[in-house]
Amino acid sequence: MRTILYLIRKEFIQIFRNKFISKAIFAVPIVQMLILVPAITFEIKNVNLTISDKDMTPESRGLISKLEGSSFFNVSYSTFSENEANSLLHRNKCSVILHIPYGFGKDIIKGTSGNILVVIDAINASTAQLSWAYLNGVIRDYNLDLVTKNISSIPVSIQPHIEITNRYWYNELLNYKYYMLPGILVILVTAIGFLLAGLNMVREKEIGTIEQINVTPVRKYQFIIAKMVPFLLIGLVDLALGLLIGKLAFNIPFEGSILLMFSGATIFLIAVLGLALFISTFSSTQQQYMFVAFFCMIIFILMSGIFTPYESMPQWAQKFNLINPVAYLMRINRMVMLKGSSIHDISRELYSLIVIAVCFTSLAVRRYRKTA
Amino acid sequence: MKRFLSFVKKEFLHIFRDYRTLFILFGIPVAQILIFGYAVSMDIKNAGIAILDLSHDEITQKLSDKLISSDFFRKTGNLLNYNDIDEVFKQGKTKAVIVFEEGFGKRLIAEGKASLSIIADGSEPNTATLVTNYTMAIVNNFTSELTGPVVNNSIIIKPEVKMFYNPELKSHFMFVPGVITLILILICALMTSVTITREKEFGTMEVLLVSPLRPVQIIIGKVMPYFILSFINVLLILALSWFVFGLPVKGSIILLLAEAMLYILMSLTLGILISTVSSNMQQAIFISLIGLMLPTILLSGFIFPIENMPEIYDYVSMIMPPRYFIVIIKSIMIKGTGLPYIWKETVILIIMTLIFMGLSIRKFKIRLE
Repeated sequence: MRTILYLIRKEFIQIFRNKFISKAIFAVPIVQMLILVPAITFEIKNVNLTISDKDMTPESRGLISKLEGSSFFNVSYSTFSENEANSLLHRNKCSVILHIPYGFGKDIIKGTSGNILVVIDAINASTAQLSWAYLNGVIRDYNLDLVTKNISSIPVSIQPHIEITNRYWYNELLNYKYYMLPGILVILVTAIGFLLAGLNMVREKEIGTIEQINVTPVRKYQFIIAKMVPFLLIGLVDLALGLLIGKLAFNIPFEGSILLMFSGATIFLIAVLGLALFISTFSSTQQQYMFVAFFCMIIFILMSGIFTPYESMPQWAQKFNLINPVAYLMRINRMVMLKGSSIHDISRELYSLIVIAVCFTSLAVRRYRKTA
Repeated sequence: MKRFLSFVKKEFLHIFRDYRTLFILFGIPVAQILIFGYAVSMDIKNAGIAILDLSHDEITQKLSDKLISSDFFRKTGNLLNYNDIDEVFKQGKTKAVIVFEEGFGKRLIAEGKASLSIIADGSEPNTATLVTNYTMAIVNNFTSELTGPVVNNSIIIKPEVKMFYNPELKSHFMFVPGVITLILILICALMTSVTITREKEFGTMEVLLVSPLRPVQIIIGKVMPYFILSFINVLLILALSWFVFGLPVKGSIILLLAEAMLYILMSLTLGILISTVSSNMQQAIFISLIGLMLPTILLSGFIFPIENMPEIYDYVSMIMPPRYFIVIIKSIMIKGTGLPYIWKETVILIIMTLIFMGLSIRKFKIRLE
């Protein structure tokens, strides 16, 4: 036990001797959280709309003023030329064009249908769909206005009607910061622990100081533990800092048990650090380690469900996520923090993390050779 | 010149000797493209919903069956009372609970009005909104089926929609440019900064500095192989998107490759700059990976459009080079437009390259300290 403590002390001295790293491991997460968390919204607003109104009648203007009144669209240009409108689309100046052809107003007064054409930049398919749905809604509304104005007596038949009310629990206003903060925090904690722990180990190999440890009676597991503990603690401190920012800067409520969240994070960090040290046993240079780590990290992060719903992934991807520690912590963090899930609710995630942690760490201890 | 060439050759040998690194260098973009293409999507599928049916009649049964039989939803259970809702949300499998009021069917037939509420788990806002919207659409659909086809001539305005550039609304159009942008800057900055810092850390930089090679030649020689490797990476991603997703380059491929070269050059100079301020590899890796990764993913407009962010981010993201390259690559690849549309972004990238270069030259130390 004392040996481990001495080794841990050595590691701490080594980490904090580097002035840059010792500051950056705490400063970078803080700065990134403060800047990145408020940036992300899935909410769409200010979609730039170009209007090409060749009709210029009260009917067409009525529709335009309806669009101008919405916060979803931002009527940024109006033009008569189709080429001009298309060029605006090409130049990214607008993403939706509304063409109202000549004769639109006349057709409506006559009672035949007035045609309009909507052109949407669909490179981002989901934004395009939403813009279309919204625009269609405005048009339908306007349609209804016209109907009630023109035909004053419409037969209002009593048809069955289902009234739908909806509510969002845990996050009444759908504040995206609630969702992003735990997610970004997981990424930062993962990246710092995973990269630094492995690099630290490979560095000892690369500059040969590992030989000095190998000739001492220090046991393999003692050495691995001593390599893990400092980064485990750093990861937990980063987590605490992140949660503090959530509370102080963004006022995000913490519903669940803090102890539970930190226990989850501890098991997670053991798993990730175990994997880091395992990879480091078959890397001979820091460059090699860095590439393998980068590769694993990118896959773990993208598959973890940080930005995308977890359930819509295909079966094989969900199977893969059984060994993805980041996916588990992503869920644990969000569930405990936002919904106050109990240990019982996240038991499956916790058990899986424990299995992964045990596997990776024992692999790391086994693969580590004291003999050259 | 001959000296310089043999130096470049030495650097190439260094890189090609390490099969594993090479493999990963090309593996990262391939894995990313495949993940975005096949594994993740913003849309929902099989989202868990639970039903709290306080009425238990034929109509609620029909409506719940209709909801569950759609591709969007999967039933996670029947609840008995309101208190269960919190319970199932906390377990995390259920994204929304559909509540039918008491006497739903009876009231619908007798009074023509019944109410239903959707309670969604707001801790995942995107999923919550989508689940709510899809449920509403299905319920509305159900109502109109119930009443039969509504005969009215009230539809006066007939909108027709044209989805430009991407008529089939595929997500590849979004992520292929994004992946290229992300991969190039991260890999280039990472590789350059690490390879140069490594020489510094192990003291071999001094050996190079006392050699007849000029410092500029040393740096160019070190960076050259990565320039070529990154360029091969671009070709690889473009080929992959063409063969796997059938996504061609609509505009001029020469222009696209030229712009890619500019962007690679910019990323490499950024890497050089990072190496001049780092004293060891850990520091270089920390800056170019942890420092750059999240901001590049989040503030470049890759996944999250910058227009939707609070206004200040329009300015914050201006210092992010990927933001400009994403516009360039989308314009050429998908819109098929040419230089007149993207000259501004190109000029900005050139200026950024020059700034990084100038700073690196000022900071590069050829003397021992």
